[in-house]
Amino acid sequence: MNATVATLTSRSLLGRRRTLVLLLLPVALLALCTLARVLAGLDADIQRDLDGPLAPGLLGAFGIAILMPLLGLIAGTGSIGPEIDEGSIVYLLAKPLNRHSIVVTKLLVAIGVVVAFGVVPVGIAGVVLTGELGTVAIAYAVGALAAGIAYAAVFLLLAVVTRNAVVIGLIYALIWESLVGGLVPGAQALSIQQWSLAVVREVLGDSAERLEATAAVGFGTGLVLLLVVTVVATVYAGRRLQTLRLNDDS
Amino acid sequence: MSTLELEEVSRWFGNVVAVNDVTMRLGPGVTGLLGPNGAGKSTLINMMAGFLAPSAGTVTLDGRPLYRDPEIYREVGLVPEREEMYDALTGWSFVLANARLHKLADPEEAARRAIATVEMADAQDRDIRTYSKGMRQRIKMATAIVHDPTVLLLDEPFNGMDPRQRLHLMELLHELGDQGRTILFSSHILEEVEQIAGRIEVMVAGRHAASGDFREIRRLMTQRPHQYTIRSTDDRSLASLLIADASTSGVELVTDSTGGSTVQVQATDFSAFIHAVPRVASRGGIRLLEVRPADESLESVFSYLVSR
Repeated sequence: MNATVATLTSRSLLGRRRTLVLLLLPVALLALCTLARVLAGLDADIQRDLDGPLAPGLLGAFGIAILMPLLGLIAGTGSIGPEIDEGSIVYLLAKPLNRHSIVVTKLLVAIGVVVAFGVVPVGIAGVVLTGELGTVAIAYAVGALAAGIAYAAVFLLLAVVTRNAVVIGLIYALIWESLVGGLVPGAQALSIQQWSLAVVREVLGDSAERLEATAAVGFGTGLVLLLVVTVVATVYAGRRLQTLRLNDDS
Repeated sequence: MSTLELEEVSRWFGNVVAVNDVTMRLGPGVTGLLGPNGAGKSTLINMMAGFLAPSAGTVTLDGRPLYRDPEIYREVGLVPEREEMYDALTGWSFVLANARLHKLADPEEAARRAIATVEMADAQDRDIRTYSKGMRQRIKMATAIVHDPTVLLLDEPFNGMDPRQRLHLMELLHELGDQGRTILFSSHILEEVEQIAGRIEVMVAGRHAASGDFREIRRLMTQRPHQYTIRSTDDRSLASLLIADASTSGVELVTDSTGGSTVQVQATDFSAFIHAVPRVASRGGIRLLEVRPADESLESVFSYLVSR
């Protein structure tokens, strides 16, 4: 962890229009949940649903499946991609700094952004939906954290290895996880979203079945895969940064 | 004092050879890396800066390979060609951040010194995004010298500078070179190189076309047709004697409006010609008043190297 790298990263990550986009997503989630809560106050059926599978459904479908991959994409690629594209990364690379420490620092900044704009809003949305800081709110906040860390690490790696990180990230998050994962059962096993839902199920415990919270993999498998993907992506990003080409002449 | 050495270095990208079998040794002082766009200058600087591995050969700093060794940046300062920096920061914050990234004992003092050296103290509190091209260039320079490096690599540092800023940077490079630092700067502007570089390395189409000071480079190219303007006590006779000599391929007697004349000679063999002129003149009983190379500018040497 390098404090100066962290400062430079957060200034460039939060200093642009990106902050607006980052804010837009959790605001949309909170607005949706508030609306559901208001409607529940008017309609007993909705209230019953909200006490049952509706709250976990909303938090899973919007929070874990949409908010976290998009935030992970923005924060993960944004923590290093623009610097690589513009060439300003040279000011970090032309320093006696370990490349892994640069990547880890940037990942921590990206995780910070994901927590602030994703995990906390998911937790708050859980409280709004259920009316309490209970198991549902905590389970989905923990699941969002697990997903956010893994997404940020994977998308940060993508930004180091390709200039098309955002496009590839979107294809992965929206097409692979949502579309292919929804149609092809086997594909679900290769999904950060499903691994994170396994964490959610574990925290929900016995109430998972009643709340219809499902995951394509078991908790152990999900946790191991999340850890492996995060660690491998971070280590490999550090290695790729060691050999990053800054060449204009080629 | 540091020495950068490139030993039979080549670098290719797929089928494209960007740098082809280059050997050069850069010691203390200012060296200009001259060549047209696409000559391989940036590729060479990237290899010297440790960002690019040579496909063949070695690039070392005091005998130590540069590639993938972040520790070299304690010794090396780099001024990249690209403009982009952390534009939301002020000049001061950016240079200070660079000093901190170098983990200097007193980053504030180092940043202050570097900013003063490039004369940017008055504008240091403004955001970089508000800087002119020349100011950006100077702040880039400050980030490169903030840790007092022994080697300074500058990729097209004069781009976008006005004449006054150019002059200032030239003086600064002179000063840093005189302090015993090894400085290499690339340029495709011939006058820049001619004015500051004690030594010139010429790259043409990925090849190391010539090396040395300007006159040495010229002498290296003995096969090149050289043009001379000669004034003598009998230009017409001298012209006829010179055209009969094997070292020349063309002689023209040029008369000006005042009735004076000069002999313009195209020499095919530099070395044979400089020996032939006094011999031929002496034989004809002609006194030489002036023998002047007509194409001594770097521009003409460069054009020749490019077209070769």
